[in-house]
Amino acid sequence: MNVVLDNAGDIALAFIYTLSLFVVAGVLSLIFGALLAAARVGPVAVLRKAAAVYVMLIRNTPLLIVIIFFRFAGPKIGLTFGFVDIRVADIRLNNLYAACAVGLIVYTSSFVCEALRSGINAVPLGQAEAARAIGLPFGGVMSQVIMPQAMRHALPPLASVQIALLKNTTVCGALGVFEAFARMRGLTNDFASARTEIFLAFALIFVVLVEVLSFVAYRLERRWRIA
Amino acid sequence: MSAAPEEDISAGRGEPLVVLEGVNKWFGDLHVLQDINVTVNRGEVVVVIGPSGSGKSTLCRAINRLETIDRGAITLDGKPLPQEGKELANLRAEVGMVFQSFNLFAHKTIRENVTLGPIKVRKMSKAKADAKAAELLDRVGIGHQADKYPAQLSGGQQQRVAIARALAMEPKVMLFDEPTSALDPEMIKEVLDVMVDLAEQGMTMIVVTHEMGFARTAADRVLFMADGAVVEENTPEEFFTNPQSERAKDFLGKILKH
Repeated sequence: MNVVLDNAGDIALAFIYTLSLFVVAGVLSLIFGALLAAARVGPVAVLRKAAAVYVMLIRNTPLLIVIIFFRFAGPKIGLTFGFVDIRVADIRLNNLYAACAVGLIVYTSSFVCEALRSGINAVPLGQAEAARAIGLPFGGVMSQVIMPQAMRHALPPLASVQIALLKNTTVCGALGVFEAFARMRGLTNDFASARTEIFLAFALIFVVLVEVLSFVAYRLERRWRIA
Repeated sequence: MSAAPEEDISAGRGEPLVVLEGVNKWFGDLHVLQDINVTVNRGEVVVVIGPSGSGKSTLCRAINRLETIDRGAITLDGKPLPQEGKELANLRAEVGMVFQSFNLFAHKTIRENVTLGPIKVRKMSKAKADAKAAELLDRVGIGHQADKYPAQLSGGQQQRVAIARALAMEPKVMLFDEPTSALDPEMIKEVLDVMVDLAEQGMTMIVVTHEMGFARTAADRVLFMADGAVVEENTPEEFFTNPQSERAKDFLGKILKH
């Protein structure tokens, strides 16, 4: 256990990377996923088709391949993210971090889109008709009436998607972001005799984080329950 | 300070407001609207009755383009219904619609249901929209329940809120698509009372209903539809006492004889 406690500072720093990836990709994938879902149910045929193709393409591709694309293939076609260079104390968010974050956003958005679409399908058609009848344009119908209700219906699957995202951030550890997984691998290499403790400690922290996330989702579900 | 004068909803009474010319619609092979020619004048209350599946709801929904038509033309206040888009949204704001299943926004309070349109579509300030909502909700008898959610209200109350929501947009015409068909008998009256009030104030109304009592008291004209066509068009008095077509006689015989 000493190994874990002795390196508590480094471990904490690693989890700050993990959590920052999760928050950035979580928020942006919710926004982008909502736009995709709106496109999929919208009146413009081209957007409907494009969003469907996006989901088909990305959802069927392993996350590692998506991230590797942005990490290695991206720079070859001019996607370098070189403009990203943020330093806060010991945290440094550079182009590698950005490439990984974008990969996570692109990948997770397709799942958010489909979770939201299941929520949209659960909103009675009459809600959209009533919203159109008072003169709201498509954007207003979606943002004021459909999406808020769809979010509620989609909360359980959305929570699962976001939990998966939190754990998926570990893939970035293999590609240059010094988050939890990369730190764990470093520690198990340095302290081979204490591998079991190190594994258990990291697993436990993930369990706690996911549990917190589940609890938040559960509370939101209760609070948003339609009276 | 002078308040802008309230627009008199009965101004220009008698001029054509909603005009349907040669309207046809098919659902696959089913010819649901057959050559409909109807003119509704400003300030007029037109009741559409007929058996289930006669196309009366489709007709009502076609007027604010919740249903598209395949042939013919519909004009509102002299302007043809626009295609999907911003312009259509503007037109819908001018046409109030009340649905059979109320369709109140389930996640918004009663007040928010009524103020959403004025704030988002008419760009009214929240304070002004709230004041207007309070006035309208008082008018339909729900003033003290503005902070509740739709599911906490009875069906009759929800439908009255739906009427207030439509009125908040100051529509030129109100469409009612079987507004009392989903209600318990004792709630029907409270909704009909509100509708009769509205009719007396000169609102132009197109009402699809099975409530013959309402047709008798409030309607200027009755349209009888069967199998997608307007079979008979007459004053309520004439229609109920002296129906011309066999189809109407048969229909009235079935519904009035018990």
